[in-house]
Amino acid sequence: MLRVFPYFLQAAWVTLQLSVLSCLLGLICGALGAAARLSRSPVLRLVGATYVSVIRGTPALIQIFILYFGGPQIGIQLEAFEAGMLALGFNIGAYMTETMRGAIISVDRGQNEAARTLGLSRFETFRAVTLPQAMRLMIRPLGVNINALIKGTALVAAVSVVELTYTAQRYIGSTYKPFEMFFLAGAIYMTIIYVTGHGVSWLDRRAALK
Amino acid sequence: MTDRPIIDIRHAAKSYGPLEVLKDISLQVQKGQIVAIIGPSGSGKSTLLRAINDLDPLTAGEVWLEDTQVNKALPTRQYEAHINSVRQNIGMVFQHFNLFPHLNVRENITLAPKMLKGISNEDADELAVEQLNKVGLLDRIDYYPSQLSGGQKQRVAIARALAMKPKVMLFDEATSALDPELVEEVNLVMKQLAEEHMTMIIVTHEMGFAQDVCDRVLFMDQGVVVEEGPPEVIFKNPANDRTKNFLRKHLKGQN
Repeated sequence: MLRVFPYFLQAAWVTLQLSVLSCLLGLICGALGAAARLSRSPVLRLVGATYVSVIRGTPALIQIFILYFGGPQIGIQLEAFEAGMLALGFNIGAYMTETMRGAIISVDRGQNEAARTLGLSRFETFRAVTLPQAMRLMIRPLGVNINALIKGTALVAAVSVVELTYTAQRYIGSTYKPFEMFFLAGAIYMTIIYVTGHGVSWLDRRAALK
Repeated sequence: MTDRPIIDIRHAAKSYGPLEVLKDISLQVQKGQIVAIIGPSGSGKSTLLRAINDLDPLTAGEVWLEDTQVNKALPTRQYEAHINSVRQNIGMVFQHFNLFPHLNVRENITLAPKMLKGISNEDADELAVEQLNKVGLLDRIDYYPSQLSGGQKQRVAIARALAMKPKVMLFDEATSALDPELVEEVNLVMKQLAEEHMTMIIVTHEMGFAQDVCDRVLFMDQGVVVEEGPPEVIFKNPANDRTKNFLRKHLKGQN
């Protein structure tokens, strides 16, 4: 057990990197997706809606496989880590699109009316009135997305990225202790989730202060 | 008197599909006039009010603010710029206050002047102080909306609208959402504005207030102005049966 621990820590670092990078990508995709879905342009709305329904309608594992195994066929050659990170990011981005869109449209319509009546433009209203309120509303549900993302990183074990789950599988071969290996991996996932969850709660409390 | 009206509504009509909410309404309001619009719910009075700053666009007819047509037909982008500048001259107060909950009282008041008129922080602060003094809430300048009573919220909302130095103020049932004991403080602020000769158009259910403060009263029902005149006439001696019926129901217990 002690012998393998350093390798697990190394693997946890990879899981963490995967989580953080795909989370950032997801937030960018989510913001763009939400902007598209709420746009005045029907074309952009369609693009946004298609992105969301395609991603949410297919297994994340298939998305990872398509990018990693299918990519080279159309000239996209990616390392396993890169493919996994991108696929996870695009995947969680679709869920984050819906989270952000939901938060934005749940800001009271009267807020928009009040700002527009004062003479603020659509954009000024969004920036100064709608968005700050929507940000507060989206912290917790984005936390739920991030929670799912962290656990979802386990999927990239399937393309041999040496992260926590893959590492656990690998050391079963030499230790013959599947229970311990998976238990250890699970405990590390839980630690990451626990710390992240508290971070989200802290942010949420801070934002809701007033 | 050859003064052109400050607000001129010409043959306003609005329909949602087959449902006509406004049917050919014309209304001129002179500078400094205070007009009350009364009528049963669903009569179109709020819709008419919200047409004045094009919050609820008309299907036909024109709205003019002095020599500017508010609901001008323009390409989207130009219209946006046009309406944003027009709206700076038309203050509006809502039934549900619509204060910005993430901003304190000072920021609620200074947000639009800062963003739209580019005034400095010191000038903005001065403006907030001046407007809050007017509504008697200077001691609440650093409070958040959630820390205020309904009446206080509405007074801040009035101060926020006034900070843009509008030419006209629109009140959309400003006291309807308030507890009865909080109505008076808002009415007092509105009376004070009346004394300062602010042009006001007031949609209200408060017959007593309309009677005391307004120069003219419009009674609307089913999308038309049924009767219009000075409050003495409308309240004491209405000509139309629909007006009589409405007032009978609404004056009970008042006066």
